[in-house]
Amino acid sequence: MPALKQLLQLTDLTFETNRSIRVSISYVNYTFAQLMEGTESTSGTAPSRFKKIGNAISDFFLMLYRIYAFVIRFFKEVFLPPYEFKEVVRQCYETGVRSFTLITLTGFIIGVIFTKQSRPSLTEFGATSWLPSLVSIAIMKALAPLVTALIAAGKVGSSIGAELGSMRVTEQIDAMEVSGTKPFKFLVCTRVIATTFTIPLLATYVALIALFGGYLNIAQNEGTSYATFIEQAFEPITFVDIWASLAKAVVFGFTIGIVGCYQGYNSTKGTEGVGKAANGAVVTAMFIVFIEEVLIVQIAGWFR
Amino acid sequence: MEKQKANIDMNNEVIRIRGLQKSFGDYHVLRGIDLDLYQGENLVVLGRSGTGKSVLIKLISGMLYPDTGTINVLGNELTTITEKEMEALRIRIGFSFQNSALYDSMTVRKNLEFPLVRNRKGITRKEIDTNVHSVLDAVGLSQTINQMPSELSGGQRKRIGIARTLILNPEIMLYDEPTAGLDPITCIEINELINEVQQRYNTSSIVITHDLTCAKMVGDRVAMLLDGQFQRVGSFDEVFATDDARVKPFYDYNFIE
Repeated sequence: MPALKQLLQLTDLTFETNRSIRVSISYVNYTFAQLMEGTESTSGTAPSRFKKIGNAISDFFLMLYRIYAFVIRFFKEVFLPPYEFKEVVRQCYETGVRSFTLITLTGFIIGVIFTKQSRPSLTEFGATSWLPSLVSIAIMKALAPLVTALIAAGKVGSSIGAELGSMRVTEQIDAMEVSGTKPFKFLVCTRVIATTFTIPLLATYVALIALFGGYLNIAQNEGTSYATFIEQAFEPITFVDIWASLAKAVVFGFTIGIVGCYQGYNSTKGTEGVGKAANGAVVTAMFIVFIEEVLIVQIAGWFR
Repeated sequence: MEKQKANIDMNNEVIRIRGLQKSFGDYHVLRGIDLDLYQGENLVVLGRSGTGKSVLIKLISGMLYPDTGTINVLGNELTTITEKEMEALRIRIGFSFQNSALYDSMTVRKNLEFPLVRNRKGITRKEIDTNVHSVLDAVGLSQTINQMPSELSGGQRKRIGIARTLILNPEIMLYDEPTAGLDPITCIEINELINEVQQRYNTSSIVITHDLTCAKMVGDRVAMLLDGQFQRVGSFDEVFATDDARVKPFYDYNFIE
């Protein structure tokens, strides 16, 4: 099939020159359309329904290819100079410091509420003395990275999506490209590094602040001393747990950054595209974060 | 203001395009473009909205890739160029965007410094400042150096956009609708600026527009884009000396009494 041959050649070509992912994608897209037409003409009168399904399938695989190419491009460019240190620091400030108040409040409340809600079931068995270890296990192993990731997806992911989306729409990214600067490096790499670095820090902070919230509630009700609480809270936590949680937070951070950037960087023209990019950044990031949570818990289980 | 005679070298083509075609899906925008841009000249590309004027300069700047045909820019063939060569070439081409495309999150100074510090390795702080002040002076907006783009008027944004491309001393300037959305007086000022840039920086330019005043003021040559091809190329008066029903209304409707 000549069209298929052409497609394969073109994808090779795009890998070789790699001038712009966007250009290569439009190329592949075009050839896919040709391919579909080609199959139709050889097989006689194919119903348009099949063509629609074919288009949907090809669109889906194109999207997967785009995401794959985007992630690969990130790893290709992130280690090469020039390094935008200043911009990375600025982005760390944007993602970290700007979410600090919200994260503090949410972390503290989660600690208090979780302790409060767990108490009645433990009281039934007269096991309220287990509260510190129960709260600690829940927070350190699951809640801290997950809650941080969800809040960051909402706050940081959406703002990355909207910011890059509006830069794309107002041709600012094109302007960077034609002036010989590297927009992917300056906009995408810096933001993904920033989220990958700051979200584990935030997650650690959330764990501590949530434990503090739990402690206040327990101290008030059971009168447990601070030293006893700490001892009981850290007793069931192993190094594997801490590393697994940190690894989760790193993966979540990377996911939020790359999804936000992908959505914004590839947003279609128009103001509607900006809204879609911001929305897509949050929804997709949250969805992927949950899948990763399940996977990492499974993998961490093998190391125990 | 009468346009000064430009110093055009007719033996030196900075851009040579042959048989250029570009389509988006089933829509054939450019259907065989042949174009020469000579060193030092301002070429105005006229055409109705949607005729592919912007697509043409996006192809020249490497933002889009042609379906067929060749584009030779400053001796580089864009269809076979490597990524490294393209990066080097882009610095030699200035692109002024229709909506200026200033970086919203940066001050005017940072906007101007952005391409400079990334393309001139080892440039000193003093050289950066000299360059920034020089281009701001060239566009007559020295007082805006610490303002944010959102605080500028449409005409000022356009000027800063042009200044940002001038800071790299480009050999070719591509203007995408430089006078769109501006009042008549500001339009004239921008046209004068385009001519000044041509004289002062010795650039060769392609100006995309549908504004005939602009075409008349800045164009050494005018090319009319119709049905995906250049149907009429020549001086402003030559292009409109025709009864062609596709060309004449363009002129007539522009000066309704």
